[in-house]
Amino acid sequence: MTTVGTTASTARSVRPRSRRPWTPSQIVLTLLGVAVSAVFVAPIAAALFTSLKSEAEAAEIPPHWLPKVWTAQAWKALWSTGNLTNWFVNSLVVSVCVTTVVLVVSALAGYGFARTEFRGKSVLMGMVMSGLMVSPAVLGVPLFTTVQQMGMVDTYWGMILPQCAPAAMVYILYKFFQGVPRELEEAAFIDGAGRWRVFLTIVVPLARPSLAAVGIFTFIASWNNFLWPYMVTNNPDLMTMPNGIATVMNSYGIQWAQLMAGGLMAGLPLIVVFVFFQRQIVAGVAHTGLAGQ
Amino acid sequence: MTTSAQTVLAPARARTAAATATVRRKQGFQHGGWFVAPFLALFVLFVIWPLLRGVYLSLTDANISGEGASFIGLDNYREALHDQLMWDALGHSAYFTLLVVPCITVLAFLLAMLAHHIERGKWLWRLCFFVPFLLPSTVAGNLFQWLFTQGIGMFNHTFGIDTPWLTDKSYAMLAIVIETLWWTVGFSFLLYLAALQGIPDHLYEAAKLDGANAWHRMVHITLPMLRNITGLVVALQVLASLQLFDQAVVMMDFGPGPELSTRSFVQYTLEQGFTSYRVGYASAMSIIFFVIIAVVALARMWLLRNREEGGR
Repeated sequence: MTTVGTTASTARSVRPRSRRPWTPSQIVLTLLGVAVSAVFVAPIAAALFTSLKSEAEAAEIPPHWLPKVWTAQAWKALWSTGNLTNWFVNSLVVSVCVTTVVLVVSALAGYGFARTEFRGKSVLMGMVMSGLMVSPAVLGVPLFTTVQQMGMVDTYWGMILPQCAPAAMVYILYKFFQGVPRELEEAAFIDGAGRWRVFLTIVVPLARPSLAAVGIFTFIASWNNFLWPYMVTNNPDLMTMPNGIATVMNSYGIQWAQLMAGGLMAGLPLIVVFVFFQRQIVAGVAHTGLAGQ
Repeated sequence: MTTSAQTVLAPARARTAAATATVRRKQGFQHGGWFVAPFLALFVLFVIWPLLRGVYLSLTDANISGEGASFIGLDNYREALHDQLMWDALGHSAYFTLLVVPCITVLAFLLAMLAHHIERGKWLWRLCFFVPFLLPSTVAGNLFQWLFTQGIGMFNHTFGIDTPWLTDKSYAMLAIVIETLWWTVGFSFLLYLAALQGIPDHLYEAAKLDGANAWHRMVHITLPMLRNITGLVVALQVLASLQLFDQAVVMMDFGPGPELSTRSFVQYTLEQGFTSYRVGYASAMSIIFFVIIAVVALARMWLLRNREEGGR
């Protein structure tokens, strides 16, 4: 009796040390997992199948899952009619620039706030914390008029630079740099290294996981950013993927098969990245999240 | 190797401790400001300046061209406080937040428990639950607009119903909530999963020795250990949900929804600024919104501080 109880509770417990045999509770949990996963994947699967239908079939009532006639016409039409390649390049340029600038700028600032002294530091830090509450959604109109004044409406600069001052990323790195043992730096100071050298050769390599997390999240946020590019660009040639799909493709009168194909094109790069870098991304979310805790 | 390095370093460090401190302070004064400067430049240009400019514009009757604005005092704020449409829009954002936050928190927790307790194929569950989060908001919005469309939409077809999700006032916001759950739960799910993996095993082992069953272990170990992360998930979700815009406008074809029922605060502000060209009025609403967000964020900080004081 006791033995049975113990085995059951061990099976229910979490940490897999080795491959365990299928127990009833594991079978139930796995089936549940499969069912829930199916619910989560179903909309994407539906989009994929629809993108492989003809426009007429995609609009049929009632709808059906699998195409009766498989055709790539929606995907072909996308390439020939849309500015899709343009949008793709724009998205890539904007996201890569934003990610690079954010990484450099917030690593420097995080370190500066965590480890150096200068006049007015606490006031500036308070200012940065208040910046956590500002986003294009909150201050859209004044931000737009500012960018307009600078003459950056409908330019790459106008899309990129306002995304490059994320207080949250500075805060995450600030928290991390505070945890770096001072002894490491002091040893290098004794050897005659200056601030910048210590920063570049000791602190930055230590911070690689945090920087990866910040980089990955900045890239995702920037690739998927809709609101700011939507406000600051009207020129279809300058639009990013999410923006172009939502405004230009919808304004033709919705062609569902094409719209689904376009959506998959916009989503695919990040999904592929996720499949390859899953471990780092999950660690990154954990890391960023736990820093905010 | 490491030991010898440490023994060599130790006396050296003792000898020059005072010198190091001076060097460090001097270095700091020299370079500290430069580390922060690039970020501050961007921050001032694109956060502080727009904020100040917003305050200024909100006191004028500026239009989109920015010319010929005259100072009108607090008129914009006075108008806003009597603008029923603004209150409605704020109500929609708040209603959305009230619906989404509890649902997402509970769902994320349950998904994390599920993924954490299944021993096989962890990467697969993680991928499936997280993948919607990787889609751009507009793609997720279009996808659910299509799923919810009457007739051609899969949603009604699958469940054998004929609900006018996008065209009836009583369902429209619910459709946006369902879309948001599907699209964003993955992020909170990952936070919970990481927190679950961070709970030390020995707590469970000890509880088991004391004869606690699975339910007791969850109530007395898992849930208390997840309190901090729950606070974070709720705070992030509240702030994000109040700023509802993308998915709502995409699902409603950039309109305000059936009988204006899904027009969010952000959407109304942007309409005032970019469609009616009333930049002054829109700025006033932006400032009001900023205050609301700040109050929510400060309330969280206040709660956290109280809890820390109470807990220790």
